[in-house]
Amino acid sequence: MLFVSYEFIAFTIILFVLYYLLPKKWQWPLLLIASYAFYWFASPYYLIFIGTTTVTAFIAGYLMEKAQDKTDLAIKNAKADGTYSTDLKKSLKAKAKASKWKILLVSMIFNLGILAVTKYTNFVITNINKFLAEGSALKAVDLIIPMGISFYTFQTVGYLIDTYRGTVKAEKNIFKLALFVSFFPQLVQGPISRYGDLSKTLYSEHSFSEKGFTSGLIRILWGYFKKVVIADRIITAVTSLIGDTDLYQGAFVMIAMFFYAFELYCDFTGGIDITIGIAQCLGITVKENFDLPYFSKNIKEYWNRWHITMGSWFTDYIFYPLSVDKNMLKLSKWSREHLGKFWGKRLTVYISAFIVWLATGVWHGAAWNFIVWGLMNFAVIMISQEFEPLYEKFHKKFGFKNKAWYGVFEILRTIFLMSLIRMFDCYRDVPMTFKMVGTMFTKFNVKIFSDGSLLHLGISGADYIVLAAGLVIILCVSIYKYRSKKDIRETLYENPWIWYGAMAFLLIVTLLFGAYGHGYDATQFIYNQF
Amino acid sequence: MRKRIIALITVAVITVLVLVILSYLVMPKYMKGIIEGSFTSEYYEDTAPHEVLFIGDCELYENVSTVELYRQYGISSYTRGNSQQLVWHSYYMLEDALRYETPKVVVFNVFSLKYNEPRSETYNRMALDGMRWSRTKVDAINASMTADENFIEYVFPFLRFHSRWQELKKTDFEYMFHRDPVSINGYYLRADVRPLTELPDPKTLTDPALGSNAMGYLQRMTDLCKEKGITLILVKSPITYPHWYPEWDEQVRSFADANGLTYINCLNNIDEIGIDWSHDTYDGGEHLNIYGAEKFADYLGGYLVSNCDLTDYRNVPEVASIWAEKETMYDDVLQQQLAELEEYGELMSYGKNAIE
Repeated sequence: MLFVSYEFIAFTIILFVLYYLLPKKWQWPLLLIASYAFYWFASPYYLIFIGTTTVTAFIAGYLMEKAQDKTDLAIKNAKADGTYSTDLKKSLKAKAKASKWKILLVSMIFNLGILAVTKYTNFVITNINKFLAEGSALKAVDLIIPMGISFYTFQTVGYLIDTYRGTVKAEKNIFKLALFVSFFPQLVQGPISRYGDLSKTLYSEHSFSEKGFTSGLIRILWGYFKKVVIADRIITAVTSLIGDTDLYQGAFVMIAMFFYAFELYCDFTGGIDITIGIAQCLGITVKENFDLPYFSKNIKEYWNRWHITMGSWFTDYIFYPLSVDKNMLKLSKWSREHLGKFWGKRLTVYISAFIVWLATGVWHGAAWNFIVWGLMNFAVIMISQEFEPLYEKFHKKFGFKNKAWYGVFEILRTIFLMSLIRMFDCYRDVPMTFKMVGTMFTKFNVKIFSDGSLLHLGISGADYIVLAAGLVIILCVSIYKYRSKKDIRETLYENPWIWYGAMAFLLIVTLLFGAYGHGYDATQFIYNQF
Repeated sequence: MRKRIIALITVAVITVLVLVILSYLVMPKYMKGIIEGSFTSEYYEDTAPHEVLFIGDCELYENVSTVELYRQYGISSYTRGNSQQLVWHSYYMLEDALRYETPKVVVFNVFSLKYNEPRSETYNRMALDGMRWSRTKVDAINASMTADENFIEYVFPFLRFHSRWQELKKTDFEYMFHRDPVSINGYYLRADVRPLTELPDPKTLTDPALGSNAMGYLQRMTDLCKEKGITLILVKSPITYPHWYPEWDEQVRSFADANGLTYINCLNNIDEIGIDWSHDTYDGGEHLNIYGAEKFADYLGGYLVSNCDLTDYRNVPEVASIWAEKETMYDDVLQQQLAELEEYGELMSYGKNAIE
């Protein structure tokens, strides 16, 4: 059941009605049933995977909690019978930490193992085969890749680590945990929620609120507008452009790059808008995943604004633990002593960042293009960081930094750089990407902008007008948020005519100009595959 | 809160209105060029009683002149036919017609029995969009949908046709809220002539058995007619291409015998009908023009009046007056086509030249 399907819309409407008609104590169990039904529609086999992840996470959480409780009780008893000492406390805590660590490790290996086996086995086989003789090549295996496995596995691992760290209490009701793991709007493309955030509203009882519900509806419509009016219209041209690498070179590659950048933006943010909108209609708060990424002035800022929950997941669960790991600290010390101040400061940061970006690339897909894409991000961020003092000197001398035009230049530069790196995702072939990007700088076929070539990419002149109008609307809404630092809905809500008028406008425009229905392939969200 | 409720209701009403108007605008009109999509809905406008209903595909609606049947025999008939109307379409066209009237005779053209599965969304839409909503229409849609169709797009055709905003023509605005008749009691008149020259050799049949789904609907049609006391006659129109195989003919004949039905394979009676392939077809033998359609109507009418107890409606003034209008339209359309043929050598307001 795709988000862009009549079945999904009917499913969601029925859920909304039942959610507010049934007694409030049945709201979260209803969501669990709906989430499992949603997953069952995709494939009943998927339930085995998500069920296994839920059960193992529940057991691991329970055992870690029990180990912690046992230690707390021992400390309390020691205090009561007078045997308490700081050393005893330290020893008990260390013991609890060790046993919790074992539980965490086993559960993480198990769940990340499922992810690795289902998603990466064939990638490994393909690469091993490159070193084997033709006759002894390993056969690819036919494995089910459960929908959204990367998202729910990361969410579950986040829960386990938080339980281990004691930042959240282990969930005592397995059905509640099952809902956290499987909450259907975010199951297929995130955001990657934290248990501590989502559980605050996921299990609560919610009364119908006109403001909350209609705000959610507008968000949903906004998401569909971006997805079916923009992304699913522009995808035709992108598919044509990347499909014929002999024909579409030079300036065509530049067009493909920007088209893909906006397709991905509208596709991914549109999907997240639908997710957050549905949750909002249900009274549930899901963390924002985007904060005007195309207004970023550098790549580091971009990654703080794009796919925020994934970035913060990698930061909190990989980068920071790596940075403070005993061995890393030792390496840092060693490098300071043997390699000097410069490398002493940087080596461990570089290693940690390298691992994070490698993992980010691998998380996105079992292919070299994603790995190279991740490492390109790493390289650009590190180089930018190294050049920072040089930039400072430059700005000091010329004083451009606070000029509005320079801000715009920085934004455009970031969009260009990110779009360029994303070409690895676009062509999905590393040598081909280098070759095609190379033609951008060697083949000067700028006449394609005037000779009508752009009208032969599967989209008509009228489509271009719709795309341009759609992008202008998105830009206006984004600029409003960028300048006022507030969601445009807050302003629109004040006048009910504008509020409901905006809703009607989005509905009509999406229904009329959307690329959906018979004659269009139901285009899956790009991030569903991760 | 009151202000918000008023705003909500007002905007909701306006939104529905806009969507309804847009829906009327983007729906294909089938008024010029490809007109077949108008046939189904035209049936409901006809006020004359019908003692004979022709049910089938283009082998009926282009090959039998309903006006000729009236003129020569006083038969008041209607052809519920559509382009590539498959047997389940035909069954539901009949079931739908029986909601409004009970004819004495139903003539079903058997050619579509060769198809056992839904084939084309385009033809489904042309046949079914014009049908009035009823349980029959729901069943017809469910029986006809191809794998990539969705029922809701029949309920809200806007969802199917919204992308036509890019291809709107003058006729889409002109015929938003009304339609002109394009057939004469289901007959699609063509006066141009393109002789049959050569036909391709028939392909070898890999599986000669007519499909169980198709034959199942023929059985249902037979049972329905029996239940209503209607005489069902099976015919194979006198069209030689696409090929009608002897193996299929044999199976239909066996079915007719087993169910006590008459089956007339008109391919065996082409000389008796008097079809002149150099003059009576407008597209090289695939469909008859008015000259062929009148000959075929004369032949069928002769059989019908001899074997079925039919009323001569020429003697029923209230029906005759309705048919007089149809005759006028028939003659006008014929004259218009003849004038175009004389002026341009081909039809300009009909067929492929008229597609906008």
